[in-house]
Amino acid sequence: MSKNDIKVALIGNPNTGKTSLFNQLTGLTQKVGNYPGVTVDKKQGRCKLSSTQNAVITDLPGTYSINPTSIDESIVLKTLLKKDIKESPDVILVVADVENLKRNLLLFSQIKDLEIPTVLAINMVDQMSRKGISIDLTALKEELNSEVVLISARKNKGISEVKNAIIKCHIAAKTSPMCDVNYKIDPEYFDKLKAINSNFTLYELWLMVTQKNFPQGISKKEKEQLLSFNQDASRLKKYQHKETIYRYQEINKVLKKTYIVDKSKATDLRSKLDKIFTHKIFGYIIFFFVLLLIFQSIFDWSSLPMDLIDTTFAQLSDFARSNLPIGVLSDLIVEGIIPGIGGVVIFIPQIAILFLFIAVLEETGYMSRVVFLMDKIMRRFGMNGKSVIPLISGTACAIPAIMATRTISSWKERLITILVVPFTTCSARLPVYAILISLIIPNDKIFGFYNLQAFTLLMLYALGFITAIIAAYILQKTLKIKTSSFFVVEMPNYKLPSIKNVIFDVIEKTKAFVLGAGKIILALSVVLWFLASNGPDSYDNSAKNVIENSANNQLSEAELQQKIGSVKLENSYIGIMGKTIEPAIKPLGYDWKVGIALITSFAAREVFVGTLATIYSVEADDENTTTIKEKMRAEINPDTGEKIFNFPAGMSLLVFYAFAMQCMATLAIVKRETKTWKWPLIQLFGMTGLAYISSLIIYQILH
Amino acid sequence: MPSKLVKLNTIASLNIGEIGYISEGALESIPLKLLEMGCLPGAEVELIQIAPLKDPLYICVNGSHLAIRKETAAQIQILKS
Repeated sequence: MSKNDIKVALIGNPNTGKTSLFNQLTGLTQKVGNYPGVTVDKKQGRCKLSSTQNAVITDLPGTYSINPTSIDESIVLKTLLKKDIKESPDVILVVADVENLKRNLLLFSQIKDLEIPTVLAINMVDQMSRKGISIDLTALKEELNSEVVLISARKNKGISEVKNAIIKCHIAAKTSPMCDVNYKIDPEYFDKLKAINSNFTLYELWLMVTQKNFPQGISKKEKEQLLSFNQDASRLKKYQHKETIYRYQEINKVLKKTYIVDKSKATDLRSKLDKIFTHKIFGYIIFFFVLLLIFQSIFDWSSLPMDLIDTTFAQLSDFARSNLPIGVLSDLIVEGIIPGIGGVVIFIPQIAILFLFIAVLEETGYMSRVVFLMDKIMRRFGMNGKSVIPLISGTACAIPAIMATRTISSWKERLITILVVPFTTCSARLPVYAILISLIIPNDKIFGFYNLQAFTLLMLYALGFITAIIAAYILQKTLKIKTSSFFVVEMPNYKLPSIKNVIFDVIEKTKAFVLGAGKIILALSVVLWFLASNGPDSYDNSAKNVIENSANNQLSEAELQQKIGSVKLENSYIGIMGKTIEPAIKPLGYDWKVGIALITSFAAREVFVGTLATIYSVEADDENTTTIKEKMRAEINPDTGEKIFNFPAGMSLLVFYAFAMQCMATLAIVKRETKTWKWPLIQLFGMTGLAYISSLIIYQILH
Repeated sequence: MPSKLVKLNTIASLNIGEIGYISEGALESIPLKLLEMGCLPGAEVELIQIAPLKDPLYICVNGSHLAIRKETAAQIQILKS
């Protein structure tokens, strides 16, 4: 970013097409960063305003008011209150929906009072004639004392006018408050407030009082003075209410002169669709089929790219193996880094497809109807209608799902959602389920048509959801958190999704997963590789011992190498770890080899399969999973003489993987979102403890 | 606003399709967030839909289509015509 770039902050109510405008202005230059000290993603992009002038545009989370009720919204306040030259915006671009102009102008009026140059872009003007709306643009500019542009972001209309208005507004750099709100309420009170610091506008000082948010440039003494205004809570509340009423009075005055709606022209599509989508029976049936469609598509569409990725990384490993000089570094690349990256990339298809559906459902306005339908049900379990979205996302990956809880304004409901999301069956559990099911469940049909193996998988999904719901219920009863459970959701108009918005959204969320979870999975893969390929003296001697012991057995070279690999693993650090935990997992039906797989699963659950493949010394280049399966099937427990992967042990393992918290990346994200290690530790021990006890009971009963 | 307003009620007591007017005295009981979203004293409120389990309520007020919980709706006094 160069010094001369204009810093533009993009602000607007949710569902106003703010994202469309951002995408039109910045295109592919978008980057997602982090706000220092907070967890909310910061979306920025560059925009060429004219041949000589560039801008850096920051997309702030959608909000109805500067007064925040969720973490997302508090970013807007924090960004705008900052007096740091580097960070604070030069120009604010407010996006408003032409149909809801009155409500949108409330936010605009608050921003005007911050006395930062402001441009108002009224969006979706292509709908005006259909909705019977007419605007007197010249008069509106005059009344608002601002640059006002009529745009249609989706149709790419009015974008160059927005750019010109930003330049014009930046050059003029003059602005005045819209509502001298505070003087109308209590002149004496606000005069005193104003006297505290003359560098800030009265409205800024008032926000500091009401939101207890103090930017740099406020001294300790001034902070105390401001806090003294905060003493009388009921007075504060009364003044805030009066302020809002006054703002609406001013807005009504402006709109009376400039904005006409002919209501007879309004169409009735919304109410017709609402009757269907929020119907007490059809509403749920439609939602059920939407879910079914999503899950079916995830499986159908992702299997091909996933196979491709799998083969590509296996080939890449082979290629690296045969082209790199033999040594530790090459081992690290071939056995640690490449499979580690592959382990992350393999999930991209499923995650991208799920987010594609969620983005479409949100864009069309349908998701708000789901929130409406589900709120009461979810509330019984201590959650919120908005928890439905994270719980669905959790079936791809818990990480983006936990980030999706940020829109829930009640802390208790949000926390419970975060805590139970990891119970939903994420895509990393699937490969584990798949191999275990194929080992212990016969490939028969039940009721004559339904495949028993598929049915078992479905039951495991159900188990995940039901456990999440029960856990939420218990948490609701036990967590002693006082929180206001205030809930309001806007029901936006139905519209066709914009392909551009959907694609950008999918890319952004997938990137967040790759960068967030990817780093940890990769790092852990390398650590596990180290632990598996190093060990005490016995490790170094294993090759020699195997060769000596099997001198008479006439093994082929390949068999010999397999045997060495397997003995090496047994004597590596990780093998020792597996043996150490063996007494603890024996009652669950597992031996030390499964123990190793359990430990390595903490990088990501699907590593289970790969680890077992190594332990059972399947040839590295053998892509045929049936071989792993055959080896697993043949594995005999030396103590009991029974098969290791028999029905009781297999069931016990399935349940263990359904319940246990085995994902470091999720724990890290929970720490980030809850700002303490307390909750991730509760998840780790609570979920893993539940897994242990359940698996123990199942094995002991079935055994 | 029609001239004959009789019964004192809350948004929660509206029937689907029924219209009421937020009473002028209700200001203090309206959460700030709702006020900001257009739920102002004097404004016309229409109950559009009630969720299957009788909660939340889907209302239209001042051009805003909102879903709010019954407990919130029950705090906001209205005048039915």
